[in-house]
Amino acid sequence: MVTVTINGRSVQVEEGLTILQAAEVAGVRIPSLCYMPPLNDVGACRVCCVEVEGEDRLVASCNTSVWDGMVVWTESPKALHARRTNVELMLARHNCNCPTCLRSGNCELQRTANDLGLIAETFEKELSPIKDDPTFPLQRAYDKCITCLRCVNVCDKVQGVGVWDLINSGPEARVDVRDHVSVTESDCVLCGQCITHCPVGCLTARDDTGVVEAAINDPDLVVLAQIAPAVRTSWHEGIGVDHDVATMGRMVATAKALGFDYVFDTDFSADVTIMEEGNELLHKLQHKDEYQWPMFTSCCPGWLRYAKAKAPDMVDRISTTKSPQQIFGALAKTYFAEKAGIDPKKLFLVSIMPCVAKKAEAHYESMRGENGDLDVDAVLTVREFDRMIRAHHIDVPALEERDFDDPMGVATGAGHIFGVTGGVMEAALRTAYSVVTGENPDPEALAALRARDGWRVGTFDLGGTPVRVGVAHGLVNAGKLLQAIRDGEEELDFVEVMACPGGCTGGGGNPIHDNEELAADRAGTLYALDEDAALRFSHENPQVIQCYDEFLGEPNSELAEKLLHTDHHAWTMPNEEPLPTYAEVPGDFRHEPATY
Amino acid sequence: MARLVLPSQDRALETVQGLYEDLERRVSVSQPGLCPVSMARAFLAICKAQSCGKCVPCHVGLDVLEGLVDDVLEGRATEATVDLIETTAEDIRLTSDCAIGAEAARMVLEGLRGFKDDYLSHVHENRCLAHLELPVPCVALCPAHVDIPGYIACIEDGRPDDAVRQIRRDNPFPSVCAYICEHPCEDRCRRGSIDAPIGIRTLKRYAVDHAGHVPAPEKAPATGKKVAIVGGGPGGMTCAYYLSLMGHSVKVYEQRSKLGGMLRYGIPDYRLPQQVLDDEMAVILSLGVEVVYDVAVGKDVLIEDLQAENDAVFISIGAHLDRSLGAEGEELDGVISAVELLRDCGELKRPDFTGKSVAVIGGGNVAMDCARTAVRLGASEVDIVYRRRIDDMTALPEEVASAQAEGCEVMELMAPVGFVGENGKLTGVRVQPQVIGPFKWGRPAPRNADAPEEIVPCDIALIAIGQAIESDPFARAGYPTNRDRIVADEDTSIKQAGNVFAGGDCVTGPATVIRAIAGGKVAAANIDEFLGFHHPIGTDVRIPDPKPTNMAPCGRVEPKERPAEERKHDFELMELCMSDEEAAQECGRCLRCDHYGYGIFRRGRIQEW
Repeated sequence: MVTVTINGRSVQVEEGLTILQAAEVAGVRIPSLCYMPPLNDVGACRVCCVEVEGEDRLVASCNTSVWDGMVVWTESPKALHARRTNVELMLARHNCNCPTCLRSGNCELQRTANDLGLIAETFEKELSPIKDDPTFPLQRAYDKCITCLRCVNVCDKVQGVGVWDLINSGPEARVDVRDHVSVTESDCVLCGQCITHCPVGCLTARDDTGVVEAAINDPDLVVLAQIAPAVRTSWHEGIGVDHDVATMGRMVATAKALGFDYVFDTDFSADVTIMEEGNELLHKLQHKDEYQWPMFTSCCPGWLRYAKAKAPDMVDRISTTKSPQQIFGALAKTYFAEKAGIDPKKLFLVSIMPCVAKKAEAHYESMRGENGDLDVDAVLTVREFDRMIRAHHIDVPALEERDFDDPMGVATGAGHIFGVTGGVMEAALRTAYSVVTGENPDPEALAALRARDGWRVGTFDLGGTPVRVGVAHGLVNAGKLLQAIRDGEEELDFVEVMACPGGCTGGGGNPIHDNEELAADRAGTLYALDEDAALRFSHENPQVIQCYDEFLGEPNSELAEKLLHTDHHAWTMPNEEPLPTYAEVPGDFRHEPATY
Repeated sequence: MARLVLPSQDRALETVQGLYEDLERRVSVSQPGLCPVSMARAFLAICKAQSCGKCVPCHVGLDVLEGLVDDVLEGRATEATVDLIETTAEDIRLTSDCAIGAEAARMVLEGLRGFKDDYLSHVHENRCLAHLELPVPCVALCPAHVDIPGYIACIEDGRPDDAVRQIRRDNPFPSVCAYICEHPCEDRCRRGSIDAPIGIRTLKRYAVDHAGHVPAPEKAPATGKKVAIVGGGPGGMTCAYYLSLMGHSVKVYEQRSKLGGMLRYGIPDYRLPQQVLDDEMAVILSLGVEVVYDVAVGKDVLIEDLQAENDAVFISIGAHLDRSLGAEGEELDGVISAVELLRDCGELKRPDFTGKSVAVIGGGNVAMDCARTAVRLGASEVDIVYRRRIDDMTALPEEVASAQAEGCEVMELMAPVGFVGENGKLTGVRVQPQVIGPFKWGRPAPRNADAPEEIVPCDIALIAIGQAIESDPFARAGYPTNRDRIVADEDTSIKQAGNVFAGGDCVTGPATVIRAIAGGKVAAANIDEFLGFHHPIGTDVRIPDPKPTNMAPCGRVEPKERPAEERKHDFELMELCMSDEEAAQECGRCLRCDHYGYGIFRRGRIQEW
């Protein structure tokens, strides 16, 4: 322990703590902008600089360790003046048109400048004129970057994708894409982690609320909404509504209030996913020699993009089952259209997702129905959903709870937990067990795999057959697990990968809270829904049973194959080299030549 | 992917590395008189380009700061802008994450403090206080403003005698300066931006060695005015030379038996042969300058009397008193001051150091002279004891190198604290080892190391830690002094003393011969005016027209010396003259700044003064 005096108050703190951490112990808040522990303590913004007695210059409190007898003044005239200057310098390179900024009210630069009482811009403004492709799901406002470098570190250290870097030097230095390509030509997996870790409005997801509003206002269209599992855990955060008030029923009611004609549950199609993927797994397990192992889940489009860009040797091991979003889309424009007697051309399907990559997935050429239309017409992030709610001034607590619409509105606990890391795995094995043994397993049998390590493996007893399973979330973790598989250190049968840390509850489309990671809290909501659910097994979902009875037939039936499965080679990542080996994958019973 | 790779040759990196060196040379030869605010902006432009881009104060702050200085230079600023530059620069200095930003901001702050008036002049009058007074850098930086391009052109034209005449217009000691001048003229030589400065002094040496006897020019008609000059060193004799040319009657009062001052009694013969000095003095004396030898003004003659008997008096007594360490044991037999040793040698009373070990205390040029003199006097071992590092020595690097080549050992970071002896005879110098540390007054300062004192055994210790001025008689006579220096105005006059002027080391403190010469020249001009005249000093030397200059990089001819093993045994001249071939090439490197660039706009050279 060392003794540090901060603003006149003496505290004992552990050796090795930074000044900023020691100040927290002393109850002193030191403002900071770039600081994002433990990923980013690079000392770029210099807002946290404080005066340390005996030091000529000010000291960055985020990355300077305390020493015994250190005397710190965080608000001395010198420190405060320099702090203001540095914020003013950032403002001189930041487009301060706050009213039209998506992050207004949730912007760390705005908050810091306001806190410091900056009422005018001191320095002449010079803004970057660079603009990116406005159609890409990830948007970067070059004139708002404050070079905090958080995006660089989150993309490098959490996702291992390395899209961003500090390029150039001198005043021309800026954060941009590595390797002389634009973001659209990069390996960006569209996880959106850079967006949710950006302290300002520089990184955002493409805004599609206009498209959705236009569809809702078009009297010729029937507008459907599907709401992903994790959305119900976070949608209240961006509209100032309490968690307890923000029930599933109110979420449905809110969507209805926005003008959606039908509000469905993606958790329903998650249950369908399980039927397809669970049976696909069982089929492969029964013909083990014919496949490369393990089989990977396919529901996360960030993972798909990562695999195609960074781990092409794994692509053919990924389940061919479409993601719940796309399964929903395919069924909405066939099964539902037929059942409701609506021309599929008149259906406009909007997904509400905690995800940015879903915006890309919905537009892959392979995601179109027989008539050539997209199965999913538009994708909104939770943030966009919240913006629409705010724009319409909907009084959410005053709404009466509503149920999801039929025939795709009933979900099981297995469908709910799709939104959390390990959930797809758990749900699939619950159903696989039942198919193999004819009876349901203990739904908590795989609870041990819910541990939040980056990647973990375990064995599931599938009616006497041990199945080796693995779970990874965050793409650096996924990369490590893949390497362990390649190196033969792990021999696995079934692996779930989610691109975002924590799975969809940590997804890049969720509301943003600076320096707070809420994935685990949100996961608690989903586990509670599962635990409280009357039905906890996808194969027991009555609407799923109905859908197979009336429409699809059996899981993995010919129609199911056509509508609910896909070829991962049917679209390419920018730097993806066509795999010469895919045709040689022995006995892939579903494999057809890719159509590039 | 390999785990490690060796970096391949990168052409861009190599090129930029070369450009850094070009820029370094270019900055080091910046012309005097440039707008300091504009330079500050230019430095900022370089500094900001060096930013890695990580931290805000550096990569945004320096850019913003440059914009603010731009506002000052382009007439958009108010005094508040200057204040904002200062506070912003201070915040950048305080918070930049590394030295790249912090030092850049510190430079801006230094500038603001050093030339704030220039900033304010831009703000209020939209112009700089600085202006290019002299168009030719070598001429501007020579304290005597010798027409260097002019005489180099004469050398190139095969007229070394005209070169000497041209030099004498501003400096009556062409030979002395050819041998021992510290050549500040070379510091900012524009040629330095291409390869290296012209070897101006060595070319002058070539000129004087090849000129033969060049008589003094014609004197102006006698004015009947009498001027007394106190001290026959370079300052006094320069003043005597020009005043005589102007037609005044000059009498020099010299304390010693020969003329020359420190040139004779301070500079060893191996650097400046006494014959060269005598020849140079003979030219001055040929003008009819009267000299009274062995007279100490203040003792043998009263300054007040000189003042009364003459129309004007010029005091140039130099700095001939030795400074003592004030350390214990300094009275021991064997502790000798530098002044004493070099004076004795100048009087050809050379002591015999055969077989003796000598310690020289000090790090200036005088210390090097003492050390090398001791070698020539037969010392078996010479140690130069210095309390800082070799790099911190005030001696010219070539002097240190020559001393080392002649076998002198430099003992760095050893502070002498006393002397030890037996039976009244010196046996060693007590030294306290030092550690070099933080800067004080712009230089790294030494401090006592955590180590015990040591003894450097020696038979002779030579104290070369500076000289003082014997100004007491003048102070007693009521002339203003500051510490031991005589206080004179920029025009060398001592206003409250009426007809008395002063210049050289006794005003500036121990300095260079060329500064003393400049003092004598300025005094001559102002005494002439004081006496009611305006005699211009010029030459009728025809300076060849410049040819288109050759800017292809070419090596600089460095002066050669006799081999150390040979020269260390005698007091004969050690430096060799350049060859005809070398002189022709070196002259050809001159860029003729008297014509090209700003030179032609200001119509070349000063014709007379």
